[in-house]
Formats: sequence, structure tokens, C-alpha cells
Amino acid sequence: MKIGLFIPCYIDQFYPGVGVASLELLEKLGCEVSFPLNQTCCGQPMANSGFEAMSKGCDKNFVKNFKGFDYIVAPSGSCVLHIKEHLHDEEDPRAAEQIRACVYELTEFLVDVLKVGSLQASFPFKVGLHTSCHGQRGLHLASMSELVAPAFSKPGTLLNMVKGIEVSRPKRVDECCGFGGTFCVFEEAVSVKMGKDRIGEHQDNEVEYITGVDTSCLMHLEGILRRQGSKIKTIHIAEILNSRL
Amino acid sequence: MSARETILANIMANQPVSQDLPQIDLQAVIHYDNVLQQFKTVLESIGGKTLEIKDWQELQAMMESDQAAGKRIINAISELGNIDETLSTMKAEELAMVQRAYIKAGIAVAENGSVWVDEAAMVNRLLPFIAEHLVLVIEQKNIVANMHHAYQQVASFETGFGMFLAGPSKTADIEQSLVIGAHGARSLLVCILPS
Amino acid sequence: MSSLAKLTHAEAAEQFIADEPRTDWHDDTLWFVREKRDKAVNSIPEWEQLRQWASDIKYHGLSNMHQLLVDFEKNAIANCIEVHWAVDAKEHNELIYKIIQDNQIERIVKSKSMLTEECHLNEFLTEKGVEVVDTDLGERIVQFRKEAPSHIVLPAIHLKKQDVSETFHEHLGTEKGNNDPQYLTEAARGHLRDKFIASELAITGVNFAIAETGGFVVCTNEGNADMGAHAAKIHIACMGFEKIIPKAEHLAVFLRLLARSATGQPITTYSSHFSKPRAGQQMHLVIVDNGRSRQLGREEFRNSLKCIRCAACFNTCPVYRRSGGHSYHTAVAGPIGSILNPNLDMQANKDLPFASTLCGSCSNVCPVKINIHEQLYLWRQTITKEGLAPKTKTIAMWGMSEVLAHPAIYRLAGKMGRWVVKYLPFLTNNAMNPWFKQREMPQAPKESFRDWYLNNKQK
Repeated sequence: MKIGLFIPCYIDQFYPGVGVASLELLEKLGCEVSFPLNQTCCGQPMANSGFEAMSKGCDKNFVKNFKGFDYIVAPSGSCVLHIKEHLHDEEDPRAAEQIRACVYELTEFLVDVLKVGSLQASFPFKVGLHTSCHGQRGLHLASMSELVAPAFSKPGTLLNMVKGIEVSRPKRVDECCGFGGTFCVFEEAVSVKMGKDRIGEHQDNEVEYITGVDTSCLMHLEGILRRQGSKIKTIHIAEILNSRL
Repeated sequence: MSARETILANIMANQPVSQDLPQIDLQAVIHYDNVLQQFKTVLESIGGKTLEIKDWQELQAMMESDQAAGKRIINAISELGNIDETLSTMKAEELAMVQRAYIKAGIAVAENGSVWVDEAAMVNRLLPFIAEHLVLVIEQKNIVANMHHAYQQVASFETGFGMFLAGPSKTADIEQSLVIGAHGARSLLVCILPS
Repeated sequence: MSSLAKLTHAEAAEQFIADEPRTDWHDDTLWFVREKRDKAVNSIPEWEQLRQWASDIKYHGLSNMHQLLVDFEKNAIANCIEVHWAVDAKEHNELIYKIIQDNQIERIVKSKSMLTEECHLNEFLTEKGVEVVDTDLGERIVQFRKEAPSHIVLPAIHLKKQDVSETFHEHLGTEKGNNDPQYLTEAARGHLRDKFIASELAITGVNFAIAETGGFVVCTNEGNADMGAHAAKIHIACMGFEKIIPKAEHLAVFLRLLARSATGQPITTYSSHFSKPRAGQQMHLVIVDNGRSRQLGREEFRNSLKCIRCAACFNTCPVYRRSGGHSYHTAVAGPIGSILNPNLDMQANKDLPFASTLCGSCSNVCPVKINIHEQLYLWRQTITKEGLAPKTKTIAMWGMSEVLAHPAIYRLAGKMGRWVVKYLPFLTNNAMNPWFKQREMPQAPKESFRDWYLNNKQK
């Protein structure tokens, strides 16, 4: 089983620890993982801003880097969803199609493909789980509060395997944090207000960390937390699942 | 081209390939073990009241005590007595004085506490809306589980006007505070006759 | 629409949020409605199936619209309803004005109709010297205040009871400072009863029009549509053509969905089925296009015409709840408005598809399963293709796409970016950077993941 590790651009540049944790976790679970060195971005920033046409270069580069893997795994629900829904390559449409079919978000891969039943992880802290929208409503990583359907959560299932952790959910269990890609700058006021409100509910639960499957959401929440001088930290779920504290 | 022709031509040019209607599976929709209880519970949760009565006499007595108390009432139920011949043509000014109206309803729906009232039963279309208080009468055998069953039984467009009525008039337009008695009836009592 | 009409959604939202306690109140109030909706829908085990049926019935309707309208018209005329057709808002307004003039009408009441809001009927008639009294409580409140409704189901949801109290004190002479909703509603009941009794003509909207019967259904909780329609000698009902459904039995599906989605009620208080005028009454029905046939032809967007105007997408939208209906500067706000309004005027409403994080909650609550958040994404592409994106944004996006398409440039830019954030923070940590206004920048690590990988894994 050949796995290609897809590390989204902002994780590569600003949160390398998330990439390291993802890689180590997958290797611990016995996977053969490689990191294609010329990868950049999924193209979502342009596409979500209405410039899908400009993301062709990104698409082509992505296909070049990730062609031929059995699975492609990334520690980001949002970027994975974008690839799944929008990756196209006019020169190699079959490769693009194959990639769309085998790209997985990390927790989804752990639960659905590896069928992980236990983890050698320990994280003795109070952790609030932020449910990132694209992973949840797009990739169905968790049940959605709007639907009449049984409850489940793939990230939640994995966190429950971590020793010493105390997981809580905010009152509005799956409301958006307000990051939204370029929304976070073009609609700055609403974006920040949404983030503050998410943080408020985690604060009510007296959490020490906020975690989730998307670093983008966490980066936005971290920016607000640090500005507020809050003691609450953000941490990607891969870092918890890979921790030995 | 007339507006009609223009619109219809544009629609014809733009509508997609026809897709069939879905089959509504009546086995797949909600049923209740006790439709009477469900109907009462729902109606009371939306501000209505229910009363199980033995027979028409009991209701007649209620109406008579209203009259004795000097209330302006209007009866639209032949089982309770004569219906005022001028009711069908009464104007709003006159109807606005009505304190309580008695009207016979048809099908009642357990899932949402509504009852079907049509023009034949209300005699005057304005009556159930303009009366200050409303008393409706249903027969227990006419309670169905859900709206799908209700539409199988009501002749929804045959009398010219009809409605599903669920509880008293209400609004929450001021800060989401529920207020009963917006423009229509301030209270609704549904009397249930045994089958 | 007051001065907000000139502001973009983002600008108006910023003004709205400036009053944070009030924003919190607005958010909580609408979230409360979403919670009531959740409770109601969870009492129906077949809810998701019901949504699918509704969506499929509506699609059948869209794909057979021509025939359904022809059938509807024939059946309505047979029932003595006068059917009129209007290509656009102007024709709609003029048609209604003509009926008013022909019958020498002076006193008019109107219940809630988003179509007449879309067509700006009130403004049109006011200019002609005709007064229309809005009779929905929320609409009457905003009409007194010369404001637009901020929500299609709860028109005055942006106002607090103190605001309503002041407005009623001024217009209805209620006690100053009495903020009790019961008292205020009672005052409006008395005021509007007089209007109903005196009215000669009533305008209503239409929730559903049934092709096989030629009848139509109007849903209210207050009873105001019926008070008007049954008291006046003329009833005009106005509908966009997409309100058509094939059969009366389909009403079961839609009436089960509508109120539960809108307010969490099991059904609206009044679901009134009109099929013939009462003796001596005139009943008119106006069928309006106003861009709908164009939207029907847009494959990506035609499903927006399934909308039954329940506003569930408003109540669940985290952006709507924190920016208020007026920030959308259109008659229909919220997520559904953001996919309907670009069809009406793409230039004027090009900001709306961007007023969303694409979180997808709107599509999940939609009772007719409109893929709202996907259409928001698609409108962004359409608006950009039409050249309507701001120039600065286009240049920035082009720059970004060039960097991200070329791994070597990307790595260089990344290195420079991290270096800048680390050693020249004043370049990014300033007021020109919207991220930094209320958020810290991420802390720059000394190496990228790729650098770490090369140093640790490929040695």
C-alpha cells in the first residue's frame, strides 16, 4: 500500500509540526508513506474566491506529484474536499479521476481504511473538539446536527482512544468558526465574530486545547486566542493522536 | 407577444428534460398507536384546547350558557340548532362583534393538531378568523395520523375555500415572544365527539 | 432600503457587528429558532425522505412548468379566478395599479408576500398616491419605520421590543416605555382590525398553487391574509410561477415541511386553500416571471427555484445571524437570497455569493434540498468570469496562482514569507492587513515541513 502524504501549503510553511505528526502517526501504524517533494497547494484559495480557472496550474502540479499512489492522505478536510470535488487535468483526466477517488483526510483514512481500533497515544488534557465544516458536511467525517440521522464522529472516535484525554464539545456542536478561506479577510468582521463565539463556547467548557481536523480553522482561532491573550492553545488532531505525554 | 406568451415561450425554451414524480410511500410515513392522544397533545402544545364530549347535548348546554351570559355567539352547526340565515352574507363590521363561533370541522390530523374546516361548514368565510373565540367540533373517527392521509380524505379545493386550522391565531414577531391572538381567534377549543 | 443600499455586505456587516451585544442578541434569537426547528424535525423519523420527495416533486414541476402553468390557468379560470401574467416587476406593479384604478379602490391591505417586496410594489403604489397597509405584525412594524423587512418569515427580527414600543408609541399612541409584547401585539390587533374591516382590496402572496385544481394555498400564523381576503371585495394573489405544484396531495409533503423548517411549528395556524371567489367577490391571480425563466435555463442554478421561502437557511446561517438581513441589501436576504439575487442583477449583487464561509449548513436544513452552498461557489465562478471581481482581488489571485503552480517559486516565496513574518513583522502586522486587525499572525517556524522532511527522512 503506497501512500502519498499531501501536506497543504499553509501547513508546510507555518505548521510543519502537523505534517511531522501525520507522517509519524501513519508510519507507526505500519504505512509506507512518501512525501512528493514538488507539491504546493490544492488550488482552493483561488477557486473559492471565484477564480477556479486560475487553479489549473495547481491542479496540473498536483496530478504530477500524486499520480500512481494507492492512497493520498492529508491532515486537512478542507483541502481534501477541494481535491475530491474540483481536481481536473485536461491532459491526464484519468489520473485526476483516480486521485479524486483515493484522496483521504487523515482521520477518515485511519477509521475507514486502516480501521484503527486502538492507539498508543496519551494526552492528559481537557480538549475541545472543533468540527470543521468541509470535513464534516463535505467528507462526512461526523454526523451533522441539521440532519435526522444517527450520531457519529470519526475524529471523536479516535480521540476517545487517547489515554488521559477529556474531550468536550461546544454548545453549538458544529457551527462554523468563520475562517472560510479568503472570507477571513474579505468579510473580516463576521469572520472574527464567528471565531470569537466558537472560542467562547470552548471557554465555557474550560478547555486547555481546541483541536480539529483542519489547521486553517485552528490558525484562525489561534490568531484570535493569541490576540485575546488567552491561555487556550490550538492543536491539530494528528498531534494529539501522535502524542506520548 | 403578450406577457403570457412571452413567459410560456421562455419557460418552454428553458425547462429541463422532464423528470417523473416520486412515489410517496404511505407505509414510510409516521403513524401513531393512539391518534386521539397524539392529536390532543400536539394541539395543546400549540395553544389550543381539547374537550372530549359525550354528545351534542353537552355542547348545546355550553352554547346556552354562553348565551345566558350575554355573549354574542354565532352557531354554524345544524346539530346545535338553527343557523342564522343571514350568516352567509354578514359583513365584517357585524362579524367583528362575535365573541364565540361554533363550527363543525372535518378531518383532524394527529401529527400537527390541525383540523379541516371548509366553506360549507363555516358558512361565512370570515367567521372563523374574525370571531374572538372559536369552538370546533370533530368526531373521533375522523382523526388521521398524518397529512398524507388527510389529503386522501378532504376535498381540499371543492367548496371554494377551506383550510387546515391549527390552534389559535398567534405571532412571535416581537423578539420571538409568543403572543396568542394576533389577528384571528384568541382561543380555540376543539370538542371531540365519540365515534 | 435606506442608506445601506450603497454598502457591500462586508461593509454593512461590519457596521452591524460594531454593536456586539446586539449582534449577540440577534444571533441567539435566530439560533433559538434553529433549535426549535431541530426539535420539530427530529419528531419525524422520515424527515430526510420527506425532503427528498419535496425536492423531486419540485424538480418535476420545474421540468414540466409549461404544461403545469397552462393547466393551472385553465382550472383557475373555470373557477372564476381572473389570471394575469407579468413578465417583470414593472408589469406586475402596473397590473395591480390598474385593478385598483378600474375599481376606484382607496383602502388596501396586504399580507406578507416576498414577491411584492421583490417587485417593490409598496414604493410603486405610494408614488401613485395609493396607500397600502401591511398587516403582518412584523411587516407593519417595519412599514411604520420606513425600513425593509430583514427576514422573510420574521420581518422585524432585527428590532428589539423597545424599538417596537417606541414605534407604536409614535404611530399608535401606545403607552411610552411599555415594552410588553402582549400589550404591543394587542395594540396592533386593534389598529389592524379597523383596517381589515374598512378595506376594499386585499393583496396576498401564494405559498403553493396547484395545477390540477387551479387553486392556491396561503399560510399564515396570524390569520392576516384571511382577514384581508375574506373581508375585501377584491382579492389579488401574487405569485412567482415557481410556486406551482402538480397535485393537491403534494401539499401533504410541503405543509409537513414548511412550518417545521421555518419556526419549528408542526404546521402554520392557517393553511388556507382558495379555489373560487366568494359570492360577489373578485379574485385575481398574478403570475410573475421577473427573471425566473432565465434562472430556469441556468442548469447550475435552476434548483434555486425550488425554494418554498421557509427561511431555515437564514436561521442556521452563522453569517446571516451575525450580519442582519439588511446587510444583504435585497428583498430576500440570507443564503437563498445570495443565490437568487445575482440572477436578478449580477452587478448589484455580486458581493452576496461571497458573504458565506461555504460551511454547508444551509443546504442541510433546506426542506427541498437546494444545494445552496454549492450554488454560492458556482455564482462566485460566474461573477468572476463576467469580469465583475474587484481588480485588486483579481491581481492578487493571479499572483497567488502563479506562485502555487510553480513549486520552486512557491518554496522561495514560502521562505521569504516566513522570513518576513519572523524578522519584519511590521510588514504584515498592520492595519492594512485585515487578518491582523483582530488576530495575530501565525508564528513563523524556522523550517517548512519539506525542509524538515529533507533533513530528517531523506538523509
